[in-house]
Amino acid sequence: MNILEMTAVELAAAIKNKEVTVMEATEAVLKQIEKKEDEFHCYVTVDRQGALARAEEVQKKIDQGELSGPLAGVPVAIKDNMCTEGMLTTCSSRILGNFVPTFSSEAVLNLQNAGAVILGKTNMDEFAMGSTTETSAFGVTRNPWNSEHVPGGSSGGSAAAVAAQECFYALGSDTGGSIRQPASFCGVVGLKPTYGRVSRYGLIAYGSSLDQIGPLCKDVTDCAAIMEVIASHDKKDSTSVEQQDTDFTTALVEDVKGMRIGIPRDYFGEGLDPEVKSAVLKAAEVLKEKGALVEEFDLSLVEYAIPAYYTIAAAEASSNLERFDGIKYGYRTEEYEGLHNMYKKSRSEGFGAEVKRRIMLGSFVLSSGYYDAYYLKALRVKALIKKAFDQAFEKYDVILGPVAPTTAPKLGESLSDPIKMYLGDIYTISVNLAGLPGLSVPCGLDQKGLPIGMQLIGDCFQEKKLIQTAYTYEKARGAFVRKEEQNV
Amino acid sequence: MSKQYETVIGLEVHVELATKTKIFCGCSTAFGGEPNTHTCPVCTGMPGSLPVLNKQVLEYAVAVGLATNCTITQYCKFDRKNYFYPDNPQNYQISQLYLPICRNGKVEIETDAGKKFVGIHEIHMEEDAGKLIHDEWDDCSLVDYNRSGVPLIEIVSEPDMRSAQEVIAYLEKLRMTIQYLGASDCKLQEGSMRADVNLSIREVGAKEFGTRTEMKNLNSFKAIARAIEGERERQIDLLESGEKVMQETRRWDDNKGESYAMRSKEDAQDYRYFPDPDLVPIVLDDAFLEEIRKKQPEFREEKMRRYKEAFDIPEYDIEIITGSKRMADLFEATVALGGQPKKVSNWLMVETLRLLKENNMDPEDIRFSPENLAKLISLTDTKAINSSVAKEVFEVMFAENVNPEKYVEEKGLKTVNDEGALRKTVEEVIANNPQSVEDYRNGKEKAIGFLVGQTMKAMKGKADPGMVNQLLKELL
Repeated sequence: MNILEMTAVELAAAIKNKEVTVMEATEAVLKQIEKKEDEFHCYVTVDRQGALARAEEVQKKIDQGELSGPLAGVPVAIKDNMCTEGMLTTCSSRILGNFVPTFSSEAVLNLQNAGAVILGKTNMDEFAMGSTTETSAFGVTRNPWNSEHVPGGSSGGSAAAVAAQECFYALGSDTGGSIRQPASFCGVVGLKPTYGRVSRYGLIAYGSSLDQIGPLCKDVTDCAAIMEVIASHDKKDSTSVEQQDTDFTTALVEDVKGMRIGIPRDYFGEGLDPEVKSAVLKAAEVLKEKGALVEEFDLSLVEYAIPAYYTIAAAEASSNLERFDGIKYGYRTEEYEGLHNMYKKSRSEGFGAEVKRRIMLGSFVLSSGYYDAYYLKALRVKALIKKAFDQAFEKYDVILGPVAPTTAPKLGESLSDPIKMYLGDIYTISVNLAGLPGLSVPCGLDQKGLPIGMQLIGDCFQEKKLIQTAYTYEKARGAFVRKEEQNV
Repeated sequence: MSKQYETVIGLEVHVELATKTKIFCGCSTAFGGEPNTHTCPVCTGMPGSLPVLNKQVLEYAVAVGLATNCTITQYCKFDRKNYFYPDNPQNYQISQLYLPICRNGKVEIETDAGKKFVGIHEIHMEEDAGKLIHDEWDDCSLVDYNRSGVPLIEIVSEPDMRSAQEVIAYLEKLRMTIQYLGASDCKLQEGSMRADVNLSIREVGAKEFGTRTEMKNLNSFKAIARAIEGERERQIDLLESGEKVMQETRRWDDNKGESYAMRSKEDAQDYRYFPDPDLVPIVLDDAFLEEIRKKQPEFREEKMRRYKEAFDIPEYDIEIITGSKRMADLFEATVALGGQPKKVSNWLMVETLRLLKENNMDPEDIRFSPENLAKLISLTDTKAINSSVAKEVFEVMFAENVNPEKYVEEKGLKTVNDEGALRKTVEEVIANNPQSVEDYRNGKEKAIGFLVGQTMKAMKGKADPGMVNQLLKELL
């Protein structure tokens, strides 16, 4: 079997069985990166030398029996908003264009302890603000299924790298759909875990109360294995939760008999592409045939999610991004007169248009006199949305719907109309507002041959139900690989 | 001046808490390290770092709140105060606005005008900023983040004070209470206690408050008193000359004895406060509060009452000793080790206070242990050393906390009680000072003092002066 076609878990097993060495796998994937990067541009930084040195080190540890986990030796790509000690971490922003962190994020450390080989840092929308990876200061990433189209975002580089076999799996972050939507657009599996499941320590914050790190990978089995490694209670992150039920791979069971699945009618109304709709409903039908109890219901409040989300996320972002001021690290303008002029010019030149738009929006909704009308109201909406989900989870184990209203748009289509881009988040952002886990699994192709994703939403800390449902569906669905990559 | 004016004063008091580590990370709060040595990614605001609350900060804040009769907010949060300045590494300060830890307290103060309560509006927790160092030579500014993240509480009073005397009494009361709790050493000069004075004036009898100013940079009680007088007069002058008081922040220059405006209300920034999403809300249950309540120490008033009943020492001594938790603790511990209260009190009141003053130290800086003070007292009680040797030993003990028993032994300072040796010395002194001997014999009683002195000198101070006196009289 071609190494590049292997899933992460398959590769680790092959390494363990001495069928493949870590070095071979790393070299193979580096070669693929070399071959494909010009076309797709998934990475901001490729650490060739670091990866090769690390491959050797990991192989030794595997040989000596020090490393034996299900991901040991597997090369991984990290979204460029997670700190990696000694490796450039830019958030795809000019303002952090020269920033090399002194420490690694907790999720990355967890991966390294499990024997991961870090290939480099993936491209993203600047500071994770965007849905197409086009707001990156370092160029767009293209969708491996059709390079005229965007890979989605903001974790577009991670999703595209998995789809283009430029890594075996990747980490992304999801504030309003930034893992699930690019996973859907690129035909890979993506999971946004429950808020508090994965430590945010070392993740450069966008919307702190919504951000969560999660995997982008080739199948549900990989997803469960990665979750077992990255989920942890971290005392350095006050919002990290002490948790049980972290044996995610035990949920890799082909069985949904009696699983109660709710389909929110609100997610299938106006604005949803008919091809996406039919593919998702067909997938629901598959689960029904497998014994799940599927029924429609009204979730309500869906139309309030977008304004509430953009208010809260922008407010937090406006404050989180204040530290990028050109004083201690990052970009500083060449010429300035005095402190405030330096701040102004450094930030004006360092941030891109979408980031500035959200900083202004966030500053506005927090300003005195508007705080109650916007920010507090948005928090109340957030609480109501959580309540609506709580009620739904009294009746259902899993909520099933589309990830995004359409498949991947063409490059350049979204940026001209930010409101339209924001509306594309309609099915994903409620999950962040309510702190729930959400999983995206490929469920078909549209007529253009672009992937469609199905979203499974669970109650807090019920990732295992999502994994079980998605795994069962995936088995019924069969392989989901680009034709050109098959029979290579 | 035709009209009578009343001064209305409220205080914002910042107190640096005595925790070993910072409020949101594990860095040391120790004073005076090399620049940027007590720092980490959290307190320098590096991307990706996250704050975690130091529980000790919470305990101290609640302890101060309980001691000042506040209602404790059992569901409280931290908020971000957003403003750009290089001493503030995140460009927001983590503080509390919407749900501060303590509210609605009061403390009783006593002045010449009698007793009264000063209300406490709120107490909130926050982080300190770093320090900017302006290098005039190189025309650049440097930042030291050692102080960044040092825990503070801000105690905001109601506008209940009417004179500098009341303000000083209130500050003394706060200082004493907080020192007794061990929550801070509250040193104004070193900045571990800082007070901003909000002051307005109004005609006596008026119901409405006047426009207030906020005075900053007050580094001593004396400066506070002077600034209050100065600002009162400045505002009266303005009103009398038909001008208006501007709502503004002013900076006091204690050398010049005047203030100047720093920023007006119009320049006031919008801090865009909002709850810090990186910190979870703090839920304090009744058991936690009860635990802190149980740990509350005996405060000064109770202590004074108890001392009056238990110890036969002057009221003035009691006031001074209980005026510092450190002194009171030292006093009680030494007495518990067997020191007679009157003698312990004397050592503290006379020699200790003298040396503190000479060395420009606070009682909090005392280094000698109660064990050593008790030993010194025991050495004098048993006449092993005389009082002048005791003072000499005390000075060394004050400076280096030496064990007086060992020190006396090593330096050979014990009183010589060997009558033979003493008699020999006295005989020599008599032989060497015929003039004084003659004077004495001629009825000049005073001359014996000189002879005693000569004997003591010859004995290197190690003789019991009473015994020397007796021997001299005998031999003359």
